[in-house]
Amino acid sequence: MTEQDNPTAPAETPPQAPAAPKAPWEEKPVTPVLRDARDHALVKEIAAVLPGVVLEAVEFAGQVTATVACARIAEVCRTCKERLGYSFLVDLTAVDWQERPQGRFDVIYWMHRFSDSRRLRLKVNVADGVEVPSVTGVWKVANWMEREVFDMFGIYFSGHPNLERILTWEGFNGHPLRKDFPIEGIDTGAAVYPDVYPPGGGPVAGGEGE
Amino acid sequence: MGDIEAVKPFPDSEEMEISFGPQHPATHGVLRVMVKLDGERIVDAKPIIGYLHRGTEKIFERETYNGAIPHTDRMDYTAAATNNQGLVGAVERMMGITVPPRASYIRMILAELQRIASHIIWLGTHALDIGAQSPFFYTFEEREKILDLYEEYCGARLTLNAMRVGGQPYDLPEGWAARCKTFVDQFPARIAEWERLLTTNRIWKLRTVGVGVISAESAIEWGLTGPPLRGSGVNWDIRKVFPYDHYDEVEFEIPIGAHGDTYDRYLVRMEEMRQSVRIVQQCLARLPEGPVMAKVPKVIKPPKGEIYFSVEGPKGELGYYVVSDGGANPYRLHVRPSCFINLQALPEMVRGQLVADLIAVIGTLDIVLGEIDR
Repeated sequence: MTEQDNPTAPAETPPQAPAAPKAPWEEKPVTPVLRDARDHALVKEIAAVLPGVVLEAVEFAGQVTATVACARIAEVCRTCKERLGYSFLVDLTAVDWQERPQGRFDVIYWMHRFSDSRRLRLKVNVADGVEVPSVTGVWKVANWMEREVFDMFGIYFSGHPNLERILTWEGFNGHPLRKDFPIEGIDTGAAVYPDVYPPGGGPVAGGEGE
Repeated sequence: MGDIEAVKPFPDSEEMEISFGPQHPATHGVLRVMVKLDGERIVDAKPIIGYLHRGTEKIFERETYNGAIPHTDRMDYTAAATNNQGLVGAVERMMGITVPPRASYIRMILAELQRIASHIIWLGTHALDIGAQSPFFYTFEEREKILDLYEEYCGARLTLNAMRVGGQPYDLPEGWAARCKTFVDQFPARIAEWERLLTTNRIWKLRTVGVGVISAESAIEWGLTGPPLRGSGVNWDIRKVFPYDHYDEVEFEIPIGAHGDTYDRYLVRMEEMRQSVRIVQQCLARLPEGPVMAKVPKVIKPPKGEIYFSVEGPKGELGYYVVSDGGANPYRLHVRPSCFINLQALPEMVRGQLVADLIAVIGTLDIVLGEIDR
């Protein structure tokens, strides 16, 4: 504050402390809120090329999530890549909402485009046992990502060239990132000693597999 | 004796499958690659991973947000600082926390030192794999100095656990900044020394030029990030595109290659070390006074929602996808592992090359199995 701004203030008294606002790291943090994003430019773009495909759209912390129908995901991804410029699939993963009535899993696609450095998240709701169309034909990088989701959640991708386990071994019984998979691990003896542990019986939580 | 008839004098069309690894020093851990060979040529390769799987993403779900930080150290154990930076950055954005500038600059210093340390391991082991032994000894001497700086800052050398949601757990110790400055000021001379050993070395060039070529389009298709993407000529760095901390306030260049081969990726990483030195020097000069921790709640409880936040790790884009249900534990905490995705392009890069080139390509991808398998 220069003297011209406040000519009436006496020169002796320094400015009072309350006048200075607190630094942002001393304030209570302002948490981002979940907003409806149907009118967001990124969502409108998709709606323009594929009318009616976006079921729901939300924005949180500046990131837009568009929910689309599971059966159409490969088609939506291809259109996003070829017509909207999302040439880069950054991430593909899933979330298990065990008790949710409308489909247990969310499969998440996080795409990037280089032209204006924007990112968009696509989401599909999938019930347990329902196949999701694979996007390996759209982005090659999706191959291992889908294998990981299959391995960890047991979500099947139709049209995947090689859908097998990737982080756990073949013969492993269970999908570790499902919420009902015990966090302390399982008895893996069933896979190693099939004669002792009959097939189909499966490993039991807290069994002797140390 | 009729068997002799069956033996082909020139078995040029005989394909052979061999298992390379998991116990092989050039696989940098427990990577196994099934290679199909026609003589010395690689027809196809298939990486087999998972030997180091520890269920880190499952463990995250039972930890608090700050409790999850030590587990990130153990993913890419050569780059703990950038791993920490990604997780705390994600949670802070989710909660709307502003980090004090001093903490933010300390983070940048730690992260850039970590980039140098990680590239040092890459250079030493990559050169060793290809047959140049001396760089290994020279490079690890410098890495030791970085680890000493880390030890003085947080007590740990490898698994740092050096960041918290909301800021830094400790301020810099007395004289640390000066010692850090001494290190970074002398470091470019060391890089020049290593480059004298390798850059124009005829054997090094024969082993790296034109090896493991991947085009820019192909690199994007395979989701490559970090030096493998930049080596193919794509100007892409999270620090520039989505600046976090104070990367938008410091000056640095993004080196890019032209041919997408092992040699270009080598040049990119060497230049990245120089740029990291520049960043650390600027951070030390600008380091503001003040607190290192923001006012954060005792129990970190981000609101219901999901966020993806990524940092430019030494190996590429390291992303964290956090889903919160409003509780004190992450409902889901997914890591976008840069090495996992970079490794996927390995078959594409080695097809038609020699077995010896497979070693060079594994080295140039700079993989750490701890992050691939998690």
